[in-house]
Amino acid sequence: MSREHTNSVGLTAYPRAVLVRLAEKRAVWPLLALALILVVDGFISPEFFSIRIVEGHLFGSLVDVVYRSMPTAVVALGMAVVIGTKGIDLSVGAVIAICGAMITWRLHMGDPPLIVLGAALAAALLCGLWNGLLVALLDIQPIVATLILMVSGRGIAQMINLLYGGTDPSFSSDFFAAISTGHLAMLPSRLFVGAGIFALLWLLMRRTAFGLFVEAVGGNAAAADLAGIDAKMIKLAAYLVSGLCAGLAGVVITADTHTSDPVSAGLYIELDAILAVVIGGGSLAGGRVYLGLTLLGALIIQSLTTSILMSGVPPEYNLVVKALVVLIVLLLQSHKFRARIRRSARPAGKHLP
Amino acid sequence: MEDAVPRIAMVGVSKSFPGVRALESVDFCLRAGEVHALLGENGAGKSTLIKIMTGALRQDAGEIRIDGRPATLDSPAAARTHGISTVYQEVNLVPTLSVTKNLTLERQPRRFGLISWRDAAKRARERLARLSVDIDVERPLGAYSVAIQQLVAIARALEEDTRVLVLDEPTASLDAREVELLFQILRDLKRQNIAILFITHFIDQVYRIADRISVLRNGRLVRTAAAVELHRLELISLMLGRELEAVDSAPPPAAAPAAGEPLLAAEGLGRRRYMGVFDLVIRAGEVVGLAGLLGSGRTETAKLVFGAVRSDTGRVRFKGRPITARSPRRSVRLGIGFCPENRKAEGIISELSVRENIVLAMQTKRGWLRRLPVDEQNRLASEMINVLAIATSDAEKPVGQLSGGNQQKVILARWLASKPRLLILDEPTRGIDVGAHAEIVALIRRLCKEGMALLVASSELEEIVAVSHRVAVLRDRCHVGEIAGAGVTRENIVRMIAGG
Repeated sequence: MSREHTNSVGLTAYPRAVLVRLAEKRAVWPLLALALILVVDGFISPEFFSIRIVEGHLFGSLVDVVYRSMPTAVVALGMAVVIGTKGIDLSVGAVIAICGAMITWRLHMGDPPLIVLGAALAAALLCGLWNGLLVALLDIQPIVATLILMVSGRGIAQMINLLYGGTDPSFSSDFFAAISTGHLAMLPSRLFVGAGIFALLWLLMRRTAFGLFVEAVGGNAAAADLAGIDAKMIKLAAYLVSGLCAGLAGVVITADTHTSDPVSAGLYIELDAILAVVIGGGSLAGGRVYLGLTLLGALIIQSLTTSILMSGVPPEYNLVVKALVVLIVLLLQSHKFRARIRRSARPAGKHLP
Repeated sequence: MEDAVPRIAMVGVSKSFPGVRALESVDFCLRAGEVHALLGENGAGKSTLIKIMTGALRQDAGEIRIDGRPATLDSPAAARTHGISTVYQEVNLVPTLSVTKNLTLERQPRRFGLISWRDAAKRARERLARLSVDIDVERPLGAYSVAIQQLVAIARALEEDTRVLVLDEPTASLDAREVELLFQILRDLKRQNIAILFITHFIDQVYRIADRISVLRNGRLVRTAAAVELHRLELISLMLGRELEAVDSAPPPAAAPAAGEPLLAAEGLGRRRYMGVFDLVIRAGEVVGLAGLLGSGRTETAKLVFGAVRSDTGRVRFKGRPITARSPRRSVRLGIGFCPENRKAEGIISELSVRENIVLAMQTKRGWLRRLPVDEQNRLASEMINVLAIATSDAEKPVGQLSGGNQQKVILARWLASKPRLLILDEPTRGIDVGAHAEIVALIRRLCKEGMALLVASSELEEIVAVSHRVAVLRDRCHVGEIAGAGVTRENIVRMIAGG
């Protein structure tokens, strides 16, 4: 992809300047990566871009990619906020398991669905509060603090399952099915849940000063402190946001599988979420939050998984191929790496700036 | 001893860095069995001189003689073979490791190829015994006080064949009793005929321990004299030099406001190992200067007043009411601003744009829910960019890409935008070119005419004299006095710093 840069000898000055400026825009590289993956998908399966209407709903591979990426994307949005404060939340997978157990338990107890939903989200917020207290008040390093819940959370979910006997952790609920696998105006209903939380977070980050404070705390904690920002409250709030996002993902995942599965629900989702943030240009060093690009990152990860499955590459190679593509995307994003490529290619194209 | 060949003699030593002449033909000699104090303000060339002496840097010109013979000190290892040992200011020990491990980090005694910790502990005890220190060497270093850690660092530097010991600010974080302990040890080492180079900011300590004193200024060695012959006042004048005459002739600040109710009153504020107890009163429309040498407690005073560092004694009243639970957040809410000296570490948020950096303090005052509208932010940012002449292509540029002086202005803009009642400026003109320097001095005067109170800490006496109605003078982490009105002159301040 760096060819536009390195071998653009034939271009006139104007388009080259445009290209150079474009290359510095953050959104360009993830977008290019997504486009490339989709084009490859198009070659692998000519059906890929076709979207049909079946029983009044949109169907097709593209819809499927967005549908499947939704839980990871929502978790990644919360993760982006936490990473913005120079933190990390490893417990999101465990929070999903706890939510699943809560939903199943309360449904077994015969609570009305809205109460069950409230209970599940309240449990997720409680998890976020726990993480936030450990990080903000006790000053434990985020990776260690959230590791505690990451490890114990799945155990807590198993204990919740015991509350109703635990012999049959499955359920059926029209309400939850409607949230997760149902449709609304031709589209999967979970996309509206995802769009809703995205809109809410965007308002929080860009229409209140919360985003500025998060980025100040993550960018330079000492300076933020001297400017009078209450870093403790900002961090606490960030982990609450991440907990809530994980809770919503937990509701969608649990409603999809109709069961509480403490061992494997949301397993490794924290890694995909972190990856989505990083692909979206967020640095683990903190200081910047890119919500839109994080969504793009989640889409890239899912479309990659889908295309590997479609391509007929033996499943044994899946993870390695995925890792390689991710590595390439990250390298292309790196300012330093691009500069080095440009330098080493300069003798070939001597008119380059 | 006077006529003996010096242990180390530097003859015409020069060193340049890109754009800076750090040392200019310095002649310096260190004799066996003396404690030689090296003094100088920021950028005088002290660290360059030590680094050349200890082999960390190579001189561009000049010669180094050890015991009269020319020597090449091209690496720290080479310096060590000549018996030169150094204890740097930042103690480079590992607090989580035991004292034994710290003392034998570089060379462990081995038996059959494995480390023999029993021998190592014995060696560690022997090394400490040379300094008459008797502690449990198996405990982690961090379990001991700063003073003991400092002694362990010296013990590590002292080899059997050490003949020159360089101590870079060894007393910076010691209390009075600990300093005395260290000095006893130094006197002991002196009797062993070791030459000691002692770098410090504490004038009192210089006269208590040093036999001779050398003063560096702007890369030149301006004087070497026996401590008994060099009067304090002369020493301070030598360190500060006599430059920037032009600023002296600037019109004096407008008359001080009539003595009214204090805007801020610090009563008995202090913190152990950090700053001696002091009182300070600042009135509306008044500029109070903090003057003193490097390390005298200027920044410490500013941070204690702002609440950036917690005091362990005393209290602060703001408009007559005591401030409870002091913190930067509380101070900002009350209308106190603080431009720190170290803008990279404590001032700018380099990833954020100029605009975001400027609105930060004001936004903090408003709270997270009442976000300043974007139009308002842009207006404020462009106004500040104009008023302070901040050189940036636009307000959305990450502040980290600006030059140092412009970053300083952005931090100043951040606080001005928040309309504080009291602004604390720590080294407001550090790293700023001459033109911007004058602009900032003019700005300070205009602000106080508009009723804002200012507390200005600066290493440049001319700047303090030019802007202050009243000056609090500091020496060795203590407030030694105040000068007000027409008495605010360079000479009076220097005399008070010297303790005359």
